[in-house]
Parts: sequence; C-alpha cells; structure tokens
Amino acid sequence: MARITAGIATSHVPAIGAAFDLGRSQDAYWKPVFDGYEWVKEFERREDPDVVILCYNDHASAMMLDVVPTFALGCAEEFAPADEGWGPRPVPRVMGDPVLAGHLAEQLVIDEFDMTLMNHLDVDHGLTVPLSLMFGKVEQWPVRVIPLAVNVTQFPTPSAERCWQLGAAIADAVQAYPANLNVQIWGTGGMSHQLQGPRAGLINPEFDNAFLDKLSNQTDDLRKITRLEFLRESGSEGIELIMWLIMRGALGEKVEELHRFYHVPASNTAVGHIVLRPVR
Amino acid sequence: MRTRLYSLEELEDIPGTKVFNAMRSRQAYHLHKFCMSLMDAANREAFRLDEHAYLDRFRMSPEQKQAVLDRDFNQLIELGGNIYFLVKLSNTDGWSTQKAVGSMTGMTPDEYAAMMRAGGRSIKGNRSIRGKS
Repeated sequence: MARITAGIATSHVPAIGAAFDLGRSQDAYWKPVFDGYEWVKEFERREDPDVVILCYNDHASAMMLDVVPTFALGCAEEFAPADEGWGPRPVPRVMGDPVLAGHLAEQLVIDEFDMTLMNHLDVDHGLTVPLSLMFGKVEQWPVRVIPLAVNVTQFPTPSAERCWQLGAAIADAVQAYPANLNVQIWGTGGMSHQLQGPRAGLINPEFDNAFLDKLSNQTDDLRKITRLEFLRESGSEGIELIMWLIMRGALGEKVEELHRFYHVPASNTAVGHIVLRPVR
Repeated sequence: MRTRLYSLEELEDIPGTKVFNAMRSRQAYHLHKFCMSLMDAANREAFRLDEHAYLDRFRMSPEQKQAVLDRDFNQLIELGGNIYFLVKLSNTDGWSTQKAVGSMTGMTPDEYAAMMRAGGRSIKGNRSIRGKS
C-alpha cells in the first residue's frame, strides 16, 4: 500500500532558479539560501521517494487567463518546463504518474473535492525551483511528480481550512492505493512577500516564524487564518502559504519536525523551508 | 444570509495593495493575453522590433497600451493587471523580478535592493489604511 512518509515545504522564488541555473549559488548573496537546503538534499538521497505530490501555483504560465481552476491535478505522463519570458529553465522534463494521478482524481471527487484535471500542463518555476532545491543539478529528476496547482492568484483563493481538508483527503486517497509506493507531499510558495504596488517588499518575520512554530502542533490556529489576514500580514503573495497547509493536512495529527530554515531575503521574498515526518 | 468572517470592503483597507479578483481579471484579459504571448520567443522578437504595432494586435485599452510602453507597473495594476502576468513583460526586457517589483515603490533599484537586504519593508504602519497600524 502507498504511504506518505514525509512532508516538505519550501518557498519557490524564481530568482533562486535563476541563480541556480546561472551557477551563482556560491555568490555571497545566494550562498546562505542554498546552504539552507544542504540538509534536505542528503535527506532526499536517503529517503529516495517514488512519487512527490507537489502543491504549487501556476504563475500565469499554463492557466489563470482563460481558465482559473481552484485545484488542478496534473494527470499527464510528463510536463515540460514553461517559457516564462526568458526561455524555459534548463532542467529535465518532469515525469508524472498518470495511474496514481487518476486514482487521486477519482477519490478526491468522490470525497467532494471537485478537481480540475490537466491532461496537458507546462510547469513553471513554482514547481521546478523546489525540485532543484531538493535534488540539485541532475540529468533526470529522481522522482515522479504529480503537480497539484492551487489558485493563489485570483481572489478568492481557497481558504486555509479548505486546503487542510484537501490534504486530509489526499492522505486517505494515497492510503487506498494498492501499489507499494513511498510518497512525499510538498507544499511550496511563501513565505511573506508582496510583489505589487507601493507596499512591495513587505516582509513579516514575526508572522512567518509563528507560522513555522505552529505548523507542527498548533495547526488549529493556522487553519483559522483568513484570506484577509494572509493578505494583510504576509503580503499579497504571502497567501501562497495556504499550500503548505495541504501538505500539513496530509500528514495527520502528529508530526515530528526534522529540519527548518528561514532566511531573508531572496529577491523580494522571505525564504522558509521545513521538513516534517508524520508520527503514527 | 450566509455569515462572512469579514466584509469584502476590508480588502480595500490594505495600504498599497490591489486585490486581484474576477472583475479585474476580466478588465485585464486582453492585456494579459498580450503578456502571455511573450512566452514565445518569436513573439518577443516581434514585440521588440515594433512595440506599437505588436500591441495593436491585442484588444487592450489605449491606457493599457500606453502603460505597457511606459513600463508603468503601478498603472498596469491599476488597470486590472496582475504581477504574475506582467513579469512576462519585464522578463522580456531582461529585468529581474526585483527590478520590476521595485519600480512600483518610488525607490531606485539600488534603494529597493538595499531595503530588501536589510530585511524588507516592515509591517509596522503597513497593515491598515483606516487604523494606520
């Protein structure tokens, strides 16, 4: 039977991808960021997951113009890196798992989550930057990936509580999958940042660190954060943090925190990263 | 009536922030179609060659076209735009996201970068227009 063995959260700042691709990870500005991911790279080598369910948001690369799905599940055999205006990132194509994705699609809709299913999806930095951070420079990604794109761009986004419940439903669906698979779930985006208008550059370390602190065992507080509070306290793009709650919701009640990293800034953004293990 | 945790007007109370919603998305549909077109290298080339002519392929408002020509990101957001679409334009120009974002703050790129290195813009005084907190 398939099982979720770890939850990982990380920011997915595009400039981190650019620094990675241009070989600037050891520059004075970027080194502290990349050093924060050395631990998880070793962790991933040991854990060797088969599949990652990767919660991220499409940054107006494959959707958000003609269609605006709240939750979209990538069901294809593979996903190409998107051209976001400066050519696609020079990273491997992302291999999917259509059989598990089809199972999730079925189970989630039965459990009242009316998912949008993507049979074609180009994936942008929101998905590929976390892969680079966890696995480094590789010829092929060592995992299959099921993209789960969440609308955090157009208001109203799903609520924190709805994301949590989706995570719980994903956990049930994975558990009901007969193949013996080591599955991880990742929540990406955040932490505090605002990319628009005169308030751009907003960073709120108190909010971010409280979020990290509560992610293990004060999750009821996090599930109650309103969209308004995210926008106000963590910036208009800080609301990406709801995707961390899908990850956390999929881990069940008790978790062990294995690793944590927080750093300001990467470009416009506070970088947060945490690794959690479900305790059963 | 269903209960709501807060009224939608409260979203207007966040300083220096436009909340991108379905109405704005529609207002900026053709602007965003232009931005998305820049995900293709041949289109980027055509845009660089003659910006006016390229913009005329899209049913954008004259104000939206002018704001694109001016690279006035605050104005583009005022006219319905969303940054995730608009960075296709700044990426085409070879700008970093930080340069595009910083251009909306009234600071020079160096001043903005220095603010970010020093920990970013504080939340204090930036939570609420009404409450000035």
